[in-house]
Amino acid sequence: MKKRFSVFPLLLIAAGFSSFSACASDSLKINSPVGVVADADNAGLKLPAGFGALKVAEALGKARHLTVTEQGDVYVKIMGRVAEGKGILKLHDANGDGKSDATTGMGNYGGTGIAIKNGYLYASSDEEVFRYKLNAQGEVINPAQAEKIITGLKKGNQHETKSLTLDNDGNIYVNIGAYSNSCQEQDRQPGSLGRMPCPILDSAGGIWKFKADKLNQTYGNGERYATGLRNVVGLDWNNQLNQLFVMQHGRDDLHNIFPNLFTEKDNAELPAETMYALKKGDNAGWPYIYYDPAQKKKILAPEYGGDGKKEGGKDAIDPVIAFPAHLAPNGLLFYTGNMFPAKYKNGAFVAFHGSWNRAPLPQEGYYVAFVPFENGKPTGKWEIFANGFSGMESGVTPRSAAHRPCGLAQGPDGSLYVSDDQKGTIYRIIYNGK
Amino acid sequence: MKQLIIPAILGITLMAFQTTPAKKTPVKPAVTKPAVAATNPLKASMERGKTVYQLRCLACHQPDGGGVPHLNAPLDGTSTVKGNDKAKLIRIVLKGMKGVEVDGEDYSNVMAPHADLLTDQQIADVLTYVRNNWTNKASAVTAAEVKAVRAKNK
Repeated sequence: MKKRFSVFPLLLIAAGFSSFSACASDSLKINSPVGVVADADNAGLKLPAGFGALKVAEALGKARHLTVTEQGDVYVKIMGRVAEGKGILKLHDANGDGKSDATTGMGNYGGTGIAIKNGYLYASSDEEVFRYKLNAQGEVINPAQAEKIITGLKKGNQHETKSLTLDNDGNIYVNIGAYSNSCQEQDRQPGSLGRMPCPILDSAGGIWKFKADKLNQTYGNGERYATGLRNVVGLDWNNQLNQLFVMQHGRDDLHNIFPNLFTEKDNAELPAETMYALKKGDNAGWPYIYYDPAQKKKILAPEYGGDGKKEGGKDAIDPVIAFPAHLAPNGLLFYTGNMFPAKYKNGAFVAFHGSWNRAPLPQEGYYVAFVPFENGKPTGKWEIFANGFSGMESGVTPRSAAHRPCGLAQGPDGSLYVSDDQKGTIYRIIYNGK
Repeated sequence: MKQLIIPAILGITLMAFQTTPAKKTPVKPAVTKPAVAATNPLKASMERGKTVYQLRCLACHQPDGGGVPHLNAPLDGTSTVKGNDKAKLIRIVLKGMKGVEVDGEDYSNVMAPHADLLTDQQIADVLTYVRNNWTNKASAVTAAEVKAVRAKNK
């Protein structure tokens, strides 16, 4: 098998780092020289030459975001109504073949966000954020001892998930999605106009910043770091630039709400899904504007007097790159590993969950894209990196898709992990080319 | 031949119900093929319902009636959609809803009210359509039933 891949040399390098030394022997035991081998069918994925994929685990439920410990264990956050002790699943590979041999669970809350930073596991429900102390083996010491660090976050209808990421200065950034499509008087009602100013923005529609180590924080303790973001699911702290990057889910229903101004084709192709490089105080413009990927302009929303041409958002920032409409970017990861070829280093992977609101036109997405970066900025070109999740060549709908990519994580060896919240498959993508 | 007579009578009865109030009709009037209506009123209602579905429902509930996981409720195979409580279905279309639990799963999106967007006949047609499309098979909804629910919920 050409797809065979050994993680052994990388682990030796990794073991040289001081943070690794305490558990190096464990790591070597876990990832035996037998190595991680791609599935014969690459787990059903289509990948660039030299890459392979395997299914780490299957049927975990609504597997949202995930994170990998230095020892290679995978923590997965499960969304929705979870059984007791099944809100966070830990996958452990005992024999080093890359496949999970033991799944254990903890936490009684559904949610999306999960991350590891400075010896703690952070995880969110749709209203709160908790953290758990990890031991030197990357295991939660006491699952019952969750520290509630953030509470009372706004949760309305739609965009209720609270995804999160952390910087290197002790702060955590949490998305609070707008509980609305376009801040209409009557949400998603044809012809209904926008509320001015949009009252949702006081407590949602942005990214809030909190301390990573303080208990029971809520709005008054945190700060609105960036506003005018309708909903962010995929976000990541770029350690090279020391900056927060987010992927916005653009608004829906331009044709359905304003059929006289927008065609079904406009509805499918507008607005862009957008990546923003955020600074404190930034405003991305929702709900007053949307970003038109063809005109490459911020366009005044029809709820606020727009006609598809009038520009708006003079104070709003521009995206650093725009993607086709409605692809639903649910995962963002800056790749810092050494396993993949050099072009991937410091570039961004984006997991596009796949569209629903392009109907009746064909749906798009359901893949993981790669966005090359140069000098801290996207080069402007992006490519589909991993495809085939839906298992369909055409006619895919959200229900019929076999899998939908959602979360992304990087393993200690540089493997890329992808979660699927349709069937609960965890994929691991490895490079075995020369 | 006898089998044809009953549907024909039903067809005429249904046509009589079509004289329901049409406050606003933003949806294009459904094209009815008289020949079909005369011989098969269910099929005619389904045809009209399909037009309404495509204009007002498909964007969220999808061509396969599967909805969108966690967001928009599915219609195909859904117990409420196939069930006997037609008044509940009619109320949902008239008044919309904010989030719903369907067969143990939560759907969080907002559905706009359609009381001012669709006539009684259009609501009857589209509900008949979703109750008898995909794998669903349930009794038709009449404009009279919609009218009664609309009056009660004024």
